[in-house]
Amino acid sequence: MAGRSFYNEILTEHNLHPEHKHELPDANLVLEGVNPSCGDDIWLKLKVEDGIIQEGAFLGDGCAISQASADIMLDLVVGRKREDALRLAGIFLRMIQGTAEKDELEELEEACALQDISHMPARVKCAVLGWHTMEELLSEKNG
Amino acid sequence: MKQRTENPHRKDFPLLAANDVAYLDNAATSQRPACVLEAERELYEKHNANPMRGLYALSVEATECYEKARETVRRFIHAASAKEIVFTRNTTESVNLVAYSYGFSKLKPGDEILVGIMEHHSNLLPWQMVARQTGASLKFLECDPDGSVTEDHLQQAFSERTRLVAITHVSNVLGRENPISRIVAMARERGAVVVLDAAQSAPHKRIDVQALDVDFLAFSGHKLLGPMGIGVLYGKKELLEEMPPFLTGGEMIDSVTREGAVWAAVPHKFEAGTVNVAGAWGLQAAMGYLESVGFQEIERRELLLTSMALEGLKRIPHVHVIGSEKPEEHSGILTFTIEGVHPHDVSAILDADGIAVRAGHHCAQPLLQYLGISSATRASISFYNTEEEIGRFLRSIEGIRGKMGYGR
Repeated sequence: MAGRSFYNEILTEHNLHPEHKHELPDANLVLEGVNPSCGDDIWLKLKVEDGIIQEGAFLGDGCAISQASADIMLDLVVGRKREDALRLAGIFLRMIQGTAEKDELEELEEACALQDISHMPARVKCAVLGWHTMEELLSEKNG
Repeated sequence: MKQRTENPHRKDFPLLAANDVAYLDNAATSQRPACVLEAERELYEKHNANPMRGLYALSVEATECYEKARETVRRFIHAASAKEIVFTRNTTESVNLVAYSYGFSKLKPGDEILVGIMEHHSNLLPWQMVARQTGASLKFLECDPDGSVTEDHLQQAFSERTRLVAITHVSNVLGRENPISRIVAMARERGAVVVLDAAQSAPHKRIDVQALDVDFLAFSGHKLLGPMGIGVLYGKKELLEEMPPFLTGGEMIDSVTREGAVWAAVPHKFEAGTVNVAGAWGLQAAMGYLESVGFQEIERRELLLTSMALEGLKRIPHVHVIGSEKPEEHSGILTFTIEGVHPHDVSAILDADGIAVRAGHHCAQPLLQYLGISSATRASISFYNTEEEIGRFLRSIEGIRGKMGYGR
């Protein structure tokens, strides 16, 4: 069944041992993202210099999907250019909507582990929380 | 063994007969037996017209169905008069009716409104609103971590200025029953009125408003095998009569001039606009069905299943059930947490195993804050559930931490 296979090893590993879930004292871009309907709550913290995401971290409380998704996202975008991170967020959101092209998906690496979310409408908001928060964070300022 | 797991009531519920889901979200809304669905259809097929006003036979029939339903509700909750039964949409609307009508017209600065810490938001937010607008203050009746309300809690909560007590009969999180007779006695000593939220009790136990001696009682049809969109407010007649209308408009007046109107007598004063006759007709069918099953049988089955589920959960490592240790103090409601697994993930994994439960704050955030948890999973049982379903639920719970990567 979808749910049984859904909590795959990539997802549970990032949930249990999130590499990026910690403070980031020298972050220069910080934003809280909340899903009021289910209470998922993350603080996304980025250090962006010369248009490049030098460091990234998050703190928060929520379901495995919201937490693992944020951790996977940071794995992917740290070290990348701002525009590149936004482009990947676009691909991720299209994947969740089920409209991404196959060759685009390869770029998402481990984030593809969340592809099945597109069949679980109740959990879509959890999966996209970190990505939406990053989009907002990177597009509202010119970090 | 087979005989033990058979449930003679299950076949009456078309959704359960056609669906393999173990439905354990009964505290949110029940399933409906065929007789309720047929009653709604019958109303529209055979007796449909706008009730109350039409002078032709069909409209009179619709009116008769509506008033017969009211009489069934009166009998079901043992009220003295059908005039004390107001149809609403649901518990929330019933409580809001009392808040807007009684609260705004009777309460004033210095008065105290007493609410339970374990209230569903629908019996809290209306009173926060009344307190803000009238200058009355809002006080809380606390409870122990297991949900029990002690004499100490009561003594601390009541004061000489207590004018209204809004309290739930059975908590939708803990399943615990509040000491209503003690609360009513303390309210009486101070001349305060009692508003009882019976949303979680009315579907599972016999309600007698005269024995409870509460001033108002609210419940929903949809948790009680009835249709969605029909609810009940019981109010003592002398109180309803002196209260101003909640909503104004059609059907709730005797006469209207350019400047004003004469309100209809109770309960019609509180039923503005075209009413939900089919909903009321479905609700009376639900009540008839519950009476035919019998509350003794309902309580027996629900306690059996609750005991099985509670004992099973207690045996699973890392699972913590909130509330009493005793199954008879849960009213079929088992709210729990699993260490290291978010309730939404618990619910998703149960869903994949064909089990429907609720996860979240259960519209009772002040209680969860007091208990020190942000969210939890709730399984709530009805008499039409089976031992097989509880077994499936427990087996799924047992596997959850493993699926989430613990012990890998």
